[in-house]
Amino acid sequence: MDKLDSKLLQEIADLHEIPQGAYNIRKNGELVARNNVAGIEIVTKQDKPGIDIYIKDNTKNQSLHIPVIVTQQGLNDLVYNDFYIGKDCDVVIVAGCGVHNDGNTANGHDGIHTFFIGENSRVKYIEKHLGTGSEKAEKILNPTTVLHLNKGAIMKMETIQLGGVSASKRKTIAEVLDDAVLEINESILTEFAQTATTEFEVNLNGANSRVNVVSRSVAKGTSKQSFVSAVNGNNKCFGHVECDAIVMDKAQVMSTPALQNTDADANLTHEAAIGKIAGEQLIKLQTLGLTQEQAENVIIKAFLKK
Amino acid sequence: MLTLKNIKFSADEDGQKNILADINFDFKAGKNYIITGANGCGKSTLAKIIMGIYPLQSGQILFNGKDITKMNVTQRANAGIGFAFQQPVRFKGLTARDLLEQANGGKISTGMACEYLSKVGLCAREYLDRELDNTLSGGELKRIEIASVLARNCPLNIFDEPEAGIDIWSFNSLVDIFKNSINANSTNIIISHQEKLFASADEIILIADGKIAMSGTPKEILPKLNNFSKCNKLRGN
Repeated sequence: MDKLDSKLLQEIADLHEIPQGAYNIRKNGELVARNNVAGIEIVTKQDKPGIDIYIKDNTKNQSLHIPVIVTQQGLNDLVYNDFYIGKDCDVVIVAGCGVHNDGNTANGHDGIHTFFIGENSRVKYIEKHLGTGSEKAEKILNPTTVLHLNKGAIMKMETIQLGGVSASKRKTIAEVLDDAVLEINESILTEFAQTATTEFEVNLNGANSRVNVVSRSVAKGTSKQSFVSAVNGNNKCFGHVECDAIVMDKAQVMSTPALQNTDADANLTHEAAIGKIAGEQLIKLQTLGLTQEQAENVIIKAFLKK
Repeated sequence: MLTLKNIKFSADEDGQKNILADINFDFKAGKNYIITGANGCGKSTLAKIIMGIYPLQSGQILFNGKDITKMNVTQRANAGIGFAFQQPVRFKGLTARDLLEQANGGKISTGMACEYLSKVGLCAREYLDRELDNTLSGGELKRIEIASVLARNCPLNIFDEPEAGIDIWSFNSLVDIFKNSINANSTNIIISHQEKLFASADEIILIADGKIAMSGTPKEILPKLNNFSKCNKLRGN
């Protein structure tokens, strides 16, 4: 691993060195390093690229890092990762992908992640995406996440796209059973002529199932973002979707809510806001001595929780 | 330390609707000033003109002997002017700690941040990481706003109706802030309707019809103010 690899790993997975706990580091489609720990076993798939991750019942306070880096031009790294998480677990999973490209041919990563989360397990899942290198070199990331939350499971999913990604299509499909809770926090920054599409489809199938989706995005330059959130309430459940976008320059954002119930006890709400940074926010920070540009950066950084 | 010369401000372009007709005043270093007057008399406008939030249409402003008339908000802030808004703005994602950090020049220790929050009567541990969004009440936000000005430690502080939204029980601590919490060498200009604050001032300035109708020590002004208010509806609210 060279300096560039280390820098990407640090950005996407906060890794300064080899992580504690279980890990699987993948570079340009190849396995670089792997570690299993008690309760977490990583197995290479035989039929297609990717890994199966088995987390035993009652595995607690363990972490798993599975970062991917792509630096080879022209490579589109497609990978299928399946997570089988037992009952009563409490684990943190840090995924993420850093793509570097300085060349003329696009490179990227399509990560298809499927989670089977056992009864009463708690999972925190963090996925950071970053593109580096020349602005004109195409870096494409298309993550798909499929979530099955069994009874009483709690999943907190944080997806962060920090910039530099030319085009991304994120798809998240979730099934939430009785008393399970899904929380999704998404942060996206696009600039130049980048595009980002996010689609959520959450099926609240269980009694007292809940979902809370909060998407915050900043679009700069001539970038375009689209956010589609479909929540289907098929039982007594609660679902809330919030989409907040700051637009700058000539950027465009589209937010499409789609709430639907098949059960009269479903309670589904949606709120969306698209707009520039409020002038009075800028003025407040200017009265603290910041220039307009510094004020914008402080506001955006806090908004995206970078 | 702050001199206002022939300050004029109109709401319309042709200068017909004067909000401030002709304001001249010399603020001395280390003193507390209260600017009062009926609703809509131009108090807040004057405060915003000093900070550079509203452009000055005519006149001159000198700060510590330097002409700041053409300076923008950032430049005036960096020259040493602090400003607490009447209606503090809300931010999604920005925490009380973030705001105090920016106010203090980009960095602040947890101890210092807590101290500023304590001064405005907030339990620091509870508020430090709270976001300045609509989960905070108007009164809480107002206190953090005042703390952000304290954290700047400026030679000149302007407070636009600091008492608005602060409950009566906490009011004494607000008076205490102006008496004790701000550097004794700094000058404070407080826009206020609240008579309880008047006594803490070294000088009271009454604005009426876009002009300074009178100014002087509380002892001189308060008796006149009562008479004035009866005739001129000083307490418009």
